[in-house]
Amino acid sequence: MTKLFPNVNWFALLEATGETFYMTLFALLGTLIIGIVLGLLLYLTTPGGLWENRLINFIIAALVNVFRAIPFIILILLLIPFTNILLGTFRGPNAALPALIVGSAPFYGRLVEIALREVDKGVIEAAKAMGAKTSTIIFKVLLRESIPALVSGLTVTAIAIIGYTAVAGAIGAGGLGDYAYFHGFTRRDFDIVFACTVLIVLIVFIFQFIGDRITNKLDKR
Amino acid sequence: MIEIDKLSKVFKGSSHDVQAVDQISLQIKKGEIFGVIGYSGAGKSTFIRLINRLEEPTAGTVSIDGQNITTLDKKALRLSRQEIGMIFQHFNLLWSRTVRENIAFPLEIAGLAKNERNERVNQLISLVGLSGKEDAYPSQLSGGQKQRVGIARALANNPKVLLCDEATSALDPETTDSILSLLIDINEKLGLTIILITHEMHVIQKICHNVAVMENGKIVEQGSVLDVFSHPQQPVTKKFVEQVMGKPDQDVSDEPFVQGIESGRVLKLQFVGETTNQALISRVAKQYEVELNIIQGNIKQTQAGAYGALYLHITGEDQVIDQAISFIRSTSVEVEVIDHD
Repeated sequence: MTKLFPNVNWFALLEATGETFYMTLFALLGTLIIGIVLGLLLYLTTPGGLWENRLINFIIAALVNVFRAIPFIILILLLIPFTNILLGTFRGPNAALPALIVGSAPFYGRLVEIALREVDKGVIEAAKAMGAKTSTIIFKVLLRESIPALVSGLTVTAIAIIGYTAVAGAIGAGGLGDYAYFHGFTRRDFDIVFACTVLIVLIVFIFQFIGDRITNKLDKR
Repeated sequence: MIEIDKLSKVFKGSSHDVQAVDQISLQIKKGEIFGVIGYSGAGKSTFIRLINRLEEPTAGTVSIDGQNITTLDKKALRLSRQEIGMIFQHFNLLWSRTVRENIAFPLEIAGLAKNERNERVNQLISLVGLSGKEDAYPSQLSGGQKQRVGIARALANNPKVLLCDEATSALDPETTDSILSLLIDINEKLGLTIILITHEMHVIQKICHNVAVMENGKIVEQGSVLDVFSHPQQPVTKKFVEQVMGKPDQDVSDEPFVQGIESGRVLKLQFVGETTNQALISRVAKQYEVELNIIQGNIKQTQAGAYGALYLHITGEDQVIDQAISFIRSTSVEVEVIDHD
């Protein structure tokens, strides 16, 4: 191993892998919460929806589209002042989280909206006919019936976030991207870049595998 | 008792408005099975949704047991909806829940405690004949079983009325009959009022007491099922009756089966709500020295008895035949002697 990767510091590589996991998982958690809220609002305020409201729908759709349009590397730079105020620094895994969440939550929000649209209108009508409150319809019908789609959307988003953490690494967020760029690329030690690549691909596979398993388990259709 | 007064629904369109339901007034008695029949686009689906306000009426009122549904606020409407069960053409079950959990859903909405829910669900499962399927998911059930879950779910909160929105239209004929029998059973056991809409006259004939025919958002004809079957007034009603009874008889005396007969007479017996347990034919055969041969017939059972016509070839002495005919006339069955050469 040391022959194949002469310049790799295994302890540093392990630490970087841990940071990538850390950033991905916490960013995913934030994305899940904000994405579901955004997706629900988009779905509910749409014309003909349960909380039909053109103005709110327009504002949220515009926000989502703008943030999805900004390339991630630029989004990080734009958010540096904000991150500074929030955390007092723009370096390290924690500092990457706001940018990661702002970058991926709108994306996941759209996937949530699509998942909710797939819920059978007839089932919602049946719940109304039973006298269900809107909150019951949201939690026990809409979210519950769309869980497999929400999970598979989350898997896709998780993989996008892993990619984003590597980009964030390039401006000093830590993780495998950071290690590959500052220790590998800038010193022309390409074995480090290669080792990081292998690990990132492995992490992506792990997330995809777990996501698929959960989706299949939950899907009773 | 359900009173519907001048109920209307207009859908605002960009180019022109659509009057889906036009000033419908109806009275439906407690414990009655009331059918509304119409072709698609007649407005019957909108009509049934106006009753529990899944569609908001443009004008008119609906009252159930004296409670005016149309003026209720949101919260009161939710509560009164718990007393109005509804079943659907496509069942509308939650696929993420088992049979048991689907039936428990309206009970959760009504706020029943868990052990009470379980007890009620068990009763309902045996009522609709789904024992053994409690823990299956809807995707593992046949169409008929899914509709049984739908019915159990609709009955969970002991509703005053059951609305059936084309409840058998997605089912094959055999399954349709089993679901219709279940509805009759529930109607008789629980005394539940049922309002159903359908485009199949077969459904009306099998289970309804009274029927209204809808066309272009209006009720064009209504009455007891027998009246409507025996004296359809409107062209649309006649078409629906033909669905079940076939084309009305033309001049039967030209038919080969009448022409070929050389002796005796051909009788047409018209049944209108005749109670079937009279065994009319065998009584005639036993009491009179005549031979009876059934040559053609089309009789349907309705909730109010048999309806249809039966053609008999009767042979014997003329005098005895006359006696037999006057005996049949003394029952509620109408007799017509068909001439043949």
